[in-house]
Amino acid sequence: MKSLRDAMSNGRHVEQSRPWPRCVVDHTSWLRAVREISKGHGDMLSLWSDGADVHMAILDHESLQIGIITIECPDGCYPSGAHMHPPALRFERAIRDIYGLEAEGSSDRRRWLDHGRWGVRRPGAGPRPCAAAGDPYDFLAAENAPLHQIPVGPVHAGVIEPGHFRFSANGEIVVRLEERLGYVHKGVERLMVAAPLERAARLAGRVSGDSTVAYALAFAHTVEAALAIDVPRRAILLRALMAELERIANHVGDIGAICNDASFSLMHTHCGILRERVLRTARTCFGHRLMMDRIVPGGVAADLTPEGERTLRALLSEAGKLIPLFMRLYGDTTSLQDRTVGAGFLRPELATQYGCGGFIGRASGRSFDARRAPGYAPYAEFSFPIGAGSEGDVDARVWVRFDEVRASLVLIEQMLERLPAGPLLTENAPASGETLEGAALVEGFRGDIFAWVRIGATGAVERCHLRDPSWLQWPLLEAAIEGNIVADFPLLNKSFNCSYSGHDL
Amino acid sequence: MREFLIQGLLHQPLTEPAPSADDAAIAEVARALADASRRKLGRSLSIREVDAGSCNGCELEIHALNNAFYDLERFGLRVVASPRHADVLMVTGPVTKNMREALERTYAATPNPKWVVAIGDCAFDGGVFAGSYACLGAVSEAIPVDLHIRGCPPDPIALLKGFIALVDSRI
Repeated sequence: MKSLRDAMSNGRHVEQSRPWPRCVVDHTSWLRAVREISKGHGDMLSLWSDGADVHMAILDHESLQIGIITIECPDGCYPSGAHMHPPALRFERAIRDIYGLEAEGSSDRRRWLDHGRWGVRRPGAGPRPCAAAGDPYDFLAAENAPLHQIPVGPVHAGVIEPGHFRFSANGEIVVRLEERLGYVHKGVERLMVAAPLERAARLAGRVSGDSTVAYALAFAHTVEAALAIDVPRRAILLRALMAELERIANHVGDIGAICNDASFSLMHTHCGILRERVLRTARTCFGHRLMMDRIVPGGVAADLTPEGERTLRALLSEAGKLIPLFMRLYGDTTSLQDRTVGAGFLRPELATQYGCGGFIGRASGRSFDARRAPGYAPYAEFSFPIGAGSEGDVDARVWVRFDEVRASLVLIEQMLERLPAGPLLTENAPASGETLEGAALVEGFRGDIFAWVRIGATGAVERCHLRDPSWLQWPLLEAAIEGNIVADFPLLNKSFNCSYSGHDL
Repeated sequence: MREFLIQGLLHQPLTEPAPSADDAAIAEVARALADASRRKLGRSLSIREVDAGSCNGCELEIHALNNAFYDLERFGLRVVASPRHADVLMVTGPVTKNMREALERTYAATPNPKWVVAIGDCAFDGGVFAGSYACLGAVSEAIPVDLHIRGCPPDPIALLKGFIALVDSRI
């Protein structure tokens, strides 16, 4: 990406940014970068603000390097890029809600996370008190007979997270789906301000409970990058091991739940049993079923005992036998295939445009996996296949998940073989007295989580940004449902399984 | 599919046996809950779950209640799809301000008599999210709570134990 190279050579370098460079650019360079991204030369990994400036993390397709560009907003505004690159839109709306910074020229002035219920506007930039009665929201129109609207949520029929879906349907066929999210916005970015590292890590681990390991890992990586901490090798492997266990637990649970949404409860039951065994193994190994707070900046807070290792090996052997049976059961059940094949097709162009991560992207031909590139320890030393498909339907997403479960089982096995004895934690150095920044990209089960932190002179967090993979997947669900029947929505939604909490933050 | 069905016929159930010698906790839960709910509610307690801002961790463990190991329904406890069908609201999360009205409306839609169980540390006092501009900080700030089940997240056994406490203390 020429604009990124130019920005990095001509822009003003921010010295303390690790491991990827950050440069302050002007208005023109900012828009040039967005234009090049829109032409497919790079992925917009995230777009966020620290209250004063707006930052964009870019993955350059040519060099496979990541760079962060920054635009200063002394007048409280910056140029919108959403008209060239639609994935920027919701980020720009969120930045305006929290920090009051305007994306000039944006075509969508509606608030996104701010529902008019907080009692304040722009809580991140000198909060302005306001009534908390709730704002009206203008859903996009889909008009004239025979179209009708179906509002769903925020409270849903199942035990799932809250969000609102507005369907415009022609009989049974969905003509347009519009999401309204933000119901579980908890103000995490603001809670991070001035938080000591220990508390910040706990917060990061509760951004999305199903990805607590991946979030804790992403946050730990940012801190370790910023403070130049070397993590002991045993801790690196144990972390990866936890991350793969989490991946298996989620994929297995979701495969069962997807089949259940197609009324095939046999698979749901068996997947539920395997998932429970994974969670019990996690508790035996690391003391917590979801492995919350086990990864901390500098290392890990729980060790794998010989007993834990035996339990883990028993699980690997059992899962290794069961997964091929599940795959056969799934593939051979034609009534189930009838529901999943061809349903909820996500066009590969859209997956590419949005830089859609995880199994959703990989089922639509995008091969990106943060474990491979940019990559992080210990994955470079292991050989593992990554799931791939190009059919882009519910079926493809299920198969990619099966592939990933099998790959994770192999990975854990290899990690156990190479697990050395040794320390678990490198103590964080005392506060350095300077401001330091770190960034990271970690592959959770849903896809790549981008994390960025600025640590202040006192050693506490000054700003932290955590971008869930769902930010770049939710908009695609709106596209994938088009032309499907309303009754298939739960199936499609489950096959995406985007995070509400991770997105709303 | 045939193998799975045959296996289902030939193998012992995975469900932790109700009075189990090797897992005292589950046995205790099963016995206490079965007696109490049969006596007081005719074996039936319908539960509606509302996520009022949780990180989804509590939901994962609530889901686990329905797997073959815990098999919630054998105790007469059933998760239902509408508050109109519910005796108990099971609420998770620090109650985000954006969810407050939805929670209050769900409570209002639940017929009397009704009980509210607040699940997880967030629902108790906001947990790690306490003090945020976007959270009320506790379920009891929005609707009356009959029972708190603490934990981050509480595991399925803790959830089952909590429901016994509710049945024993309120009816």
